[in-house]
Parts: sequence; structure tokens; C-alpha cells
Amino acid sequence: MSFDSFQAFLEMGGHGAYVWWSYAAGLGVLGYNLFRPLRARRRVLDALRRSAAQILREER
Amino acid sequence: MKQRLKELWHQLGSPRWFYQISGRWPVWLLALGLILIAAGWVWGLAYAPPDYQQGNSFRIMYVHVPASMLAQSCYILLGVAGAVLLIWRMKLADMVVAVAAPIGVGFVALSLVTGVLWGKPTWLQASDRWWVWDARTTSMLVLLFLYFGIIALRQAIARPESAGRACAVLAVVGLINIPIIKYSVDWWLTLHQPASFTLTEKPAMPAEMWLPLLVSALGFYVFFAGAMTVALRTEILRREQRTQWVRDLAGVLTR
Repeated sequence: MSFDSFQAFLEMGGHGAYVWWSYAAGLGVLGYNLFRPLRARRRVLDALRRSAAQILREER
Repeated sequence: MKQRLKELWHQLGSPRWFYQISGRWPVWLLALGLILIAAGWVWGLAYAPPDYQQGNSFRIMYVHVPASMLAQSCYILLGVAGAVLLIWRMKLADMVVAVAAPIGVGFVALSLVTGVLWGKPTWLQASDRWWVWDARTTSMLVLLFLYFGIIALRQAIARPESAGRACAVLAVVGLINIPIIKYSVDWWLTLHQPASFTLTEKPAMPAEMWLPLLVSALGFYVFFAGAMTVALRTEILRREQRTQWVRDLAGVLTR
């Protein structure tokens, strides 16, 4: 451990705001890139299911 | 051997083949990527020793350097895929350009934001400015605009083939910016420190500092591969929705 206390860890020697905002931005970009492709996939699959169901109905 | 290579090249051009082999990839890649990033970040934030000059603000490096490396690698991917599309008309290459640009742009933005947050206490502590028109920051800003251009161009052109071709040309031409970013710290007088990692030399940092960087950078690349695979598989389904194999797949999904 490079810090003596949890308080010191949060403060980062006075640079806490810069460090923590950087990591927050990093988490934001990673989260967005996890969420966005999965949402796009769900939407395309839903559209495919709908059109397949439509074709099945028309065949009957 | 030559025949086999030729076959493989043709298979690579087949979106269906890629869709069928890549089903299990995203779960593993995304999970492994996130584990590596978490490990690298905890290690870098809590256990790496403070920098003797910069104190603790250097810990921003574990976000900034992987994001910057990935943003540039992703752009190289765009350029190479663009060239493959222009030379061999490979459909999958066009899809790669289409899905990689919106993912890569987030990492350029992250590189710029963390660069500003690192530069403020390091270069600009005495001034009220947040931004320096430095060779490195300016060339990274150009990279951001190249990404914006590629994304906007696809939306601006109605015919998919023309849009794909135009994006590919822009991606290939924009490759010129990559060596400019890389050598910007050597060619011009700049505030930005030189590369943290080079292939030929030992890092100037102690191992307790660069090992977490290596782990988080690896994590970023693996995570990117996972996000890319999800996006590429989606794009394949979307573009091939009128083909029989996607219809069969959709038929299976409805049951």
C-alpha cells in the first residue's frame, strides 16, 4: 500500500479531484462502450424476431 | 498452404462465417478485459509508489496512456480496414470501419479529458488555463476530428456503398496523422513527456509503476476486442437481414 490512511488515498496528495475525475471518465467511457453495443444488439434482434414472426403469420 | 491461405482470406470476407465462429467471444473478451482493467487500476491507484516529481497525479497515467494507445490503434484498424475495403471490396472490412469508429471516438475523448486533468496540476498549476496548444495535444485533437468526420460521413451519404467507400478513403488518408502524433514529442519542442513504453528500450519507470500500466493497457485492448465483436455481430445481422441464413436464425429465435 502506498498510502498511510484511506483519507490520504482519497486526497492523493492534493490531486484527488484530478485523479478521481480521470478514473470516473474512464469508467464512463468503458460503461458506455459496454452498454451501447449490447443495446444495439437487442434492438436488431427484436426487429429480426418481429419480421420473422410476421413472415410466419403470413405463411399460415 | 497457399490454397489454404486463400481459402481463409475468402472466409474472412464472409460475414456469415465470422458470425458463426464468434458467438462465444464477447463474453470472454469483455469479462477478461474488465478484470485486467480493475486489477491494473487498483494496483496503480493504491500500490504503485508516488512519482518523485508529480506526486500522485501521475496515477492518471493508468487511464490516460491505455486510452491514448487504444485510440490510435483503433484508428490504425480503421485505416487498414478501409484499405482492405478499397482494394478487395471485402464487406466485413466496411462493417469494421462502421462499428469501430463510434467505439474509438470515446477513447480519444477519454485521452483528451484525462490529458487535460493531468496537465492542469502538472504543466499549468500556476496559470488559470486548462489547455495548451502543444504538438501532442493538437495532433490528438486532429485525431478526434478525424473520428468525427468518419462517423458523420457515413450518416451524410445515403447509399451505403458510396458511404462505405468515402469513409474508407478518409480513414486511409487520416493515417498520416498517426506518425505525427507519435513523433510530435520528438519533432517539436513540447511539454508532453515522451513515450512511456517503447519496444526497444526498458521503461524509465520502476517496475511497480509500469507493470500496472501494462495490465490496464492490455485490459483496454481486450475490452475493445469484446465490444468490437458484439458490435460487428450486430452489424452483420442488420446488413444481412434479407439473406436466408439470417432469416433462418430469426426463425429459430421466434420459437
